[in-house]
Formats: sequence, structure tokens, C-alpha cells
Amino acid sequence: MVKKTFIVIILVAFAVMLLPFAKDLTPFQELSPTAEKYVQDGPDELGAANLVTSVIVTYRGLDTLGEVAVLFIATAGVGFFLRREDKKEEERKKRGSSQILHSGTAFLFPLILVFGVYIFIHGHLTPGGGFQGGVVIATGMVLLLLSRISTKINHTVLHLVESLAGSTYLVIGILGLVLAAGFLDNRFLDLGEFGRLLSGGAIPLIYSFIGLKVGAELVGIIDSMQKDQP
Amino acid sequence: MTTVIIAVLGVIMIVAAILAVYQKSLLSAIIAAGAISLLASIVYLILSAPDVAMTEAAIGSGLTTIVFLFALNKVRKQDKNG
Repeated sequence: MVKKTFIVIILVAFAVMLLPFAKDLTPFQELSPTAEKYVQDGPDELGAANLVTSVIVTYRGLDTLGEVAVLFIATAGVGFFLRREDKKEEERKKRGSSQILHSGTAFLFPLILVFGVYIFIHGHLTPGGGFQGGVVIATGMVLLLLSRISTKINHTVLHLVESLAGSTYLVIGILGLVLAAGFLDNRFLDLGEFGRLLSGGAIPLIYSFIGLKVGAELVGIIDSMQKDQP
Repeated sequence: MTTVIIAVLGVIMIVAAILAVYQKSLLSAIIAAGAISLLASIVYLILSAPDVAMTEAAIGSGLTTIVFLFALNKVRKQDKNG
């Protein structure tokens, strides 16, 4: 009882603390100087129709590199702690999936994969990008793993895709440093016609490699979690 | 109109959050937590942030829920074994 009263008191105190923020909240009427520069110069400078993408991949490309590194470290950690023991493989008997899941996966899996690839290839034109596309691909693989339990994912291929995509991303970044204005500058390739698929310089390339890398990493996490079931 | 929709979604999210904490069945709690993310992604979409909405829907309600389900499965099996 005392504990509960204590919790309620803390919650009320918190609400009182936050009340001024909610009361005095006035929506921004104009953009901050940095945002205004991005909005005005972004489309002409980088040739990407999706402004969010041009900020994430180019203006704030270094932050994205950090995010990719964080995800990589997380995957390495999961892989380290959930080491698979293959000798148990024969003992396990698992219930097969239902017919509905089985047939549904056969129909949906290719579509989900294609949709994921579509999201990251069109990252500079439509909402979404490498991270979202990679996660969609991983979701498709989860469906496959759930419906066909004996599916074995080739880890050599997975690691190869991940490391190649990661290093190519860095190489593209350095190419931008050498051939254009700075690290991860997309303008060393032709900017192309605004709004076309092949436009925005290196942005589609960068986002495709990020998508492949994120997809491979998340599939690796899911696979090691699923295989680790004792 | 937008405010009303966001308010309704917010109330549902709060209810789902309370359910996720107080639900006896862990499975229902995980599903409730996934539902919060799904509703949050709708709110992002209404506030015209489709990029964030996609991330939230795919990671928050898709992958996280599945990872939690795997973890729940593992814990249950370990409980059974000893």
C-alpha cells in the first residue's frame, strides 16, 4: 500500500514537472536555419526527391555510419552469446507448421523480398530506405523460418553479403572524399534527372548497400535466436 | 479531425500499455506491446512522417515482437526442463 502511494506521488510530481512544457507549447512557425538550408538547397544540391533520405545519407551521413556500426556490434554480440551447438540438431523434434502458413509463405515470401528491395532502391524517391528495406527483408525470412522449420540459412553467404556491403559503403564514402566535396558526398556520380530512379548520384547505391547489410544482420540475429531454442 | 484521431489512438495506446504491464499471460503482454508500436506508426503517418512510420511498423511491431516471442519460448522450455 505504501509502495503504491509512493508510486502515485512520484507520477503526480512528474506530471506537475512536465505540465509547463505542455502548457507553453507553441508550434514552430518557421524552420530553424539549418533545416531551412536543407529544405531549400537539398533538392538542387543532391538531386534526391526524398529530403529525409538526402539528410540521412549525405548531410548526416556520418551519423548513419555510426548507426550501421551500432547495429553491427549488436549483431556480433547476439552471435557471440547465442552460439549454436550443432550436435543437438538430431535430437530436436519440432511440430510442423500448418498448411495455411505453409502455402501462405510460398505466396508471400517472394513478394515481401521484392518489396524490401523496392523500398531501399527507391529510398531517394519514396519514403523509406536502407534500414526499412532491410527490416522488411528480415521479416520475410522470419516467415520462411517459421513455416519451414528445417530451413538452413547459409551463414557464409550471410557474412559475405554483410561484410562486402559494409566495406563497399565505406569505399563509396571515401570515393566521395576523393572525387567530391567530402566523406559520403554523393555527387561524384552524375546527379541525373530529378525524380528518376537513376538519380541522386550515389544515394541509391549507398542505400542499397545499407539495405543489404541491415537485412543480412537482422536475418543473422533471427536465425541464431531461432536455432538456439534448446 | 486529426487531433481527434490522434487522441483516440493515444488512449488506445495507453490502455494497451497498461495491459502489457498487468496482463497475466506473457503472450498477451507481448502482443499488446506490439500493438502499441503499430498504433504509434499510424500516429507518425498522420503527422506526415512516413519514414519514421515505416521503421516503427517494421521494427517495433514486427521484429521486436518476434524476438520477444522467441525469448518467451526459450524461457518456457528452460522452465520445463528444470
